[in-house]
Amino acid sequence: MGKRKKCKLRDIMEDVGIEIDGQVESDSESEEDEVKDKRSKKQTRREIVRANRLERKKSQKNKEENESKEEENCPQQSRASRRKNHRMKRNDGKKGGGERDKKASSKDEKESENKEKKTNMKGKEEENKQKKGRKNSASSNSSNSSDEESLSEEELAMLMEEVEQKKKLISTMRNKPWRMMKKLSVLREAQAFVEKFEGALGKGKGKKLYAYKMMMAKKWVKFKRDFDNFKTQCIPWEMKIKEVESHFGSSVASYFIFLRWMYGVNLVLFGLIFGLVIIPEVLMGMPYGSMPRKTVPRAEQATAMDFSVLWDFEGYIKYSALFYGYYNNQRTIGWLKYRLPMAYFMVGISVFGYSLMVVIRSMARNANESTADGDDDNFVFSWKMFTSWDYLIGNPETADNKFASITTSFKESIVDEQESNKDENIHLRRFLRVLANVLIICCLCGSGYLIYFVVKRSQTFSKMQNAGWYERNEVEIVMSLLGMFCPPLFETIATLENYHPRIGLKWQLGRIFALFLGNLYTFLLALMDDVNEKLAEEDVVKNITRWTLFGHYNSSMENSTATPAPLDPADVPRGPCWETTVGIEIVRLTVSDILVTFVTILVGDFIRACFVRFMNYCWCWDLEAGFPSYAEFDISGNVLGLVFNQGMIWMGSFYAPGLVGINVLRLLTSMYFQCWAVMSSNVPHARVFKASKSNNFYMGLLLLILFLSLLPVAYTIMSLPPSFDCGPFSGKKRMYDVIQETIELDFPLFVAKIFGYVANPGLIIPAILLMVLAIYYLNAVSEAYQRANAELKKKMQLQREEEKNKRNNKASTNSMMQDLEDLLAPSTKSESSPKQAEDKKKDSPNQASPVGKQEKAEVLNSSPIAAGRRAAFIPPPHVLVTRPLTPGTWAPYPQPRQPWPGGRPMGPFPGRGRGQPRYIHPV
Amino acid sequence: MQDLPKVWAEERIARSSLGKKSFGPWDAVLTQQILCRLLTGHSSSSPALTRVCTTDPILQEQSVPARIPTGSSSPRPCAPRLHGRYHEMAPNVVPMDYTKDPDVKLPMQLIINMPELKENPFKERIVESFSEDGEGSLSFNDFVDMFSVLSEMAPRELKAIYAFKIYDFNTDNFICKADLEKTLNKLTREELTAEEITLVCEKVIEEADMDGDGKLGFADFENMISKAPDFLSTFHIRI
Repeated sequence: MGKRKKCKLRDIMEDVGIEIDGQVESDSESEEDEVKDKRSKKQTRREIVRANRLERKKSQKNKEENESKEEENCPQQSRASRRKNHRMKRNDGKKGGGERDKKASSKDEKESENKEKKTNMKGKEEENKQKKGRKNSASSNSSNSSDEESLSEEELAMLMEEVEQKKKLISTMRNKPWRMMKKLSVLREAQAFVEKFEGALGKGKGKKLYAYKMMMAKKWVKFKRDFDNFKTQCIPWEMKIKEVESHFGSSVASYFIFLRWMYGVNLVLFGLIFGLVIIPEVLMGMPYGSMPRKTVPRAEQATAMDFSVLWDFEGYIKYSALFYGYYNNQRTIGWLKYRLPMAYFMVGISVFGYSLMVVIRSMARNANESTADGDDDNFVFSWKMFTSWDYLIGNPETADNKFASITTSFKESIVDEQESNKDENIHLRRFLRVLANVLIICCLCGSGYLIYFVVKRSQTFSKMQNAGWYERNEVEIVMSLLGMFCPPLFETIATLENYHPRIGLKWQLGRIFALFLGNLYTFLLALMDDVNEKLAEEDVVKNITRWTLFGHYNSSMENSTATPAPLDPADVPRGPCWETTVGIEIVRLTVSDILVTFVTILVGDFIRACFVRFMNYCWCWDLEAGFPSYAEFDISGNVLGLVFNQGMIWMGSFYAPGLVGINVLRLLTSMYFQCWAVMSSNVPHARVFKASKSNNFYMGLLLLILFLSLLPVAYTIMSLPPSFDCGPFSGKKRMYDVIQETIELDFPLFVAKIFGYVANPGLIIPAILLMVLAIYYLNAVSEAYQRANAELKKKMQLQREEEKNKRNNKASTNSMMQDLEDLLAPSTKSESSPKQAEDKKKDSPNQASPVGKQEKAEVLNSSPIAAGRRAAFIPPPHVLVTRPLTPGTWAPYPQPRQPWPGGRPMGPFPGRGRGQPRYIHPV
Repeated sequence: MQDLPKVWAEERIARSSLGKKSFGPWDAVLTQQILCRLLTGHSSSSPALTRVCTTDPILQEQSVPARIPTGSSSPRPCAPRLHGRYHEMAPNVVPMDYTKDPDVKLPMQLIINMPELKENPFKERIVESFSEDGEGSLSFNDFVDMFSVLSEMAPRELKAIYAFKIYDFNTDNFICKADLEKTLNKLTREELTAEEITLVCEKVIEEADMDGDGKLGFADFENMISKAPDFLSTFHIRI
């Protein structure tokens, strides 16, 4: 026996000796280099391996001869060695057998692994398992062993693969829906495995970097979250609006969002006007009382500080920097040589320019968002059901709000759903809609005529000296009354139409817009009449003024030879200054509008709510459910109020620079006031509906009103002569002359020339044409895109339905198949059969593939990386003869996942004391 | 009670001394020994394992609570924090020292009164679906499990699995109409009318049911939830 062992040992020694040599060579390199070089070296290695193979074959023949010699030395061994050789040949002939062995062994391993998981504590059992596994592996190793080089490589690759797998397992551990106990045990094991072999493969170096990266990633996520929180906290009134939204729905919230947006725009306008016009004028301009236009006339001075006068924006307010007339036409003011008239003009234009730009940009963004959002409407209710509750909520108040908002959003979606399912009598509906439109048009015409009539009357009143309070404010009163009573009337009529509330809101908005538009334009016409009158008056006054001044100087010249005492500015007769008049009209209108809005809210909502709430205890009928009940929030009225107010601001800001300041205050107060009013005294709409995704309808209205308010201002600037004795443009023929003047005086000559060329109609008309063409082209392109988009959406929808149908069919066919199977074999489980079939399908190619794959691998050896990877999949065809000689001895190629049986590997061979598996690296 | 900080400090020292060594192939012996002990269950404080745990941050959250029961205390603050939370719910029952792997479970009533869960309409379901016995009492492992799934780092698939469990009220592995109705009632505090509820439930089934069996299987649920834009942001709890 001892002899036999020795012989075998020698056999192995020979084989291993080569290995060790290879290892030593490779060890001389550093581990990292090895990994790096591996790829590049693989090619050369392959060649060497092939050469080795040839050599091997030769040496095998030699071996046999040697063996025959050895036979003499140890004759008992000859049989065994021959058997071994036979086996080798057989295995070379059909590799499949060896592979099957391999499979079996790996299965055993898995089993053992599973047992390890379960019984972590029982070492002995495990050891047994390991032994078994090793035996298996050894046998499989011995079964195919004719090529050690390729073996070591493939083993290595396999090991790497395994380590990769384990790593993957570790990193995807949290994806596994296991109990913590299982996770723990599996994790621990995988960690151990990786820890063990990673070092062997020299891949443990990136760990720290990886850890650092992960940590940074975590930190980054946290930072981003905090930053987002910070950003949301920075949005003004976000919490208020969210609260309103959660109780009243997104439609009401859309008004507040619009209000907030408007506030932002107005702040910018306020900054522009105050920073560039009013503050320079106050700081550097001539002080009050230095000029006729900056002084209250002598006749008005007695009452100039009375509150009633100030309330009408007369007296001191009229002669202040808030209005156009106060500004001087001096080209530059102060030590900065600030060109105030120029600045005034440019700011007036840029107010419009900025507003246009902002409105259009936000419209474009909204349109973008609405197209981006509108993609996946497939799971509206499911998402609401399963993802609407925010698990982060830990605050009772927030939770209440969230419950309310979820309920509201469900109601919104239900309304949409019901609307899409509605079917009705189309003819009746059409008739009613036409009728409603006719009625509303009648209302509009009537109110338009009423306004026109009132404006005409007010002109006669304004000529009368002793007009009462009513006569003076008739226009405002009538307009406010119309604004108060027409919208509810429209709403009543609109119930005939029975639109979806969202569409109904749009119609309502459009109608009230038309009503207010009529108001606005009659107001403007009246104003224009006024202006023309003032202009005619001005001509007269101009002469009077000139003569007065002339007479004054003449008389002073006659009386004394000394320099004449200048006429007191208060005494100078002055023109009516139509610009200031227009400014005052608009400011008055704005202020009265503010008051009416606030009073309406206070009386119509708050007092009513109080009445309903507290008188309900002692009343004949149920006030809350019956007639007065609580008020709903009037979205359309509020939105249009806001839009028209803004139109007024745009129109008036040129003639009354202070108007924007008033508006900023108004928006600020109305934000708080209306939020409070809504939460305290309104009830949600009966049909809470979702606002359209973009509030582009509001923006569209705003754009329209901006355009409309731009028209009169542009008209007055371009075609009316400025007053001769007030305002920054006095003395010029037209207001825009200020630009020409600046160019001529302040710029070099060629700029003026260029400007002249650019202003040439021959250049402007082609430019406009070009712009029109570009618009046409872009419009066509966008339409094409839209169509394509719609087409795609349709396709997706179709596909989805098809898929659904297919699945349904499959289910039905499956059930039929199951029935059949049940008939044939009543014991088979109906549900599991298709799955099993699938599993089989999955399995079968795997079972069949390896041989083919191997061949492919041989063929495709040209790419080293791919070859290496493939090698990992294939069990190595040739493995060293490693039959364990004594229990506890070290096996050169332990199967992965197998822990070492003994504490320290023992072995007689050099280099093994370190317990490091050695691989051949032919270089 | 064990002196936790002291143990941590020791471990840290051990780790740092190990960290200085190059982790080349020659450390394999050491590792091997450690592993052998580890896998046979003798080792309790192997520096090697500690190192893996601490250098790979993905593992940390997993491994750290994991390691409390096995005896070695953790260097990370996360697990003590979780453990602290678990402990403070019932200071008399839960020991501070988990070296002996005690079998302690806290009843649902205690858990759902945590401020993180208190306002949640599904708190009972959450606790039930994470408890090993399905009754709602959580061992510390289950507790850690719960917050690991609900943490920000957990992947969508895992969250989907547990979300499905949570919304499956009658635990028949399908979300049927009764489950949907319960969910809806909890979400809206029963403010919808009966018709509205049936409408919504029908719509949900219609939208998400891909195989046409009138209830949502996990495949349906996952398909639906994987497309939801704010599932990840809402289905998580910070603790």
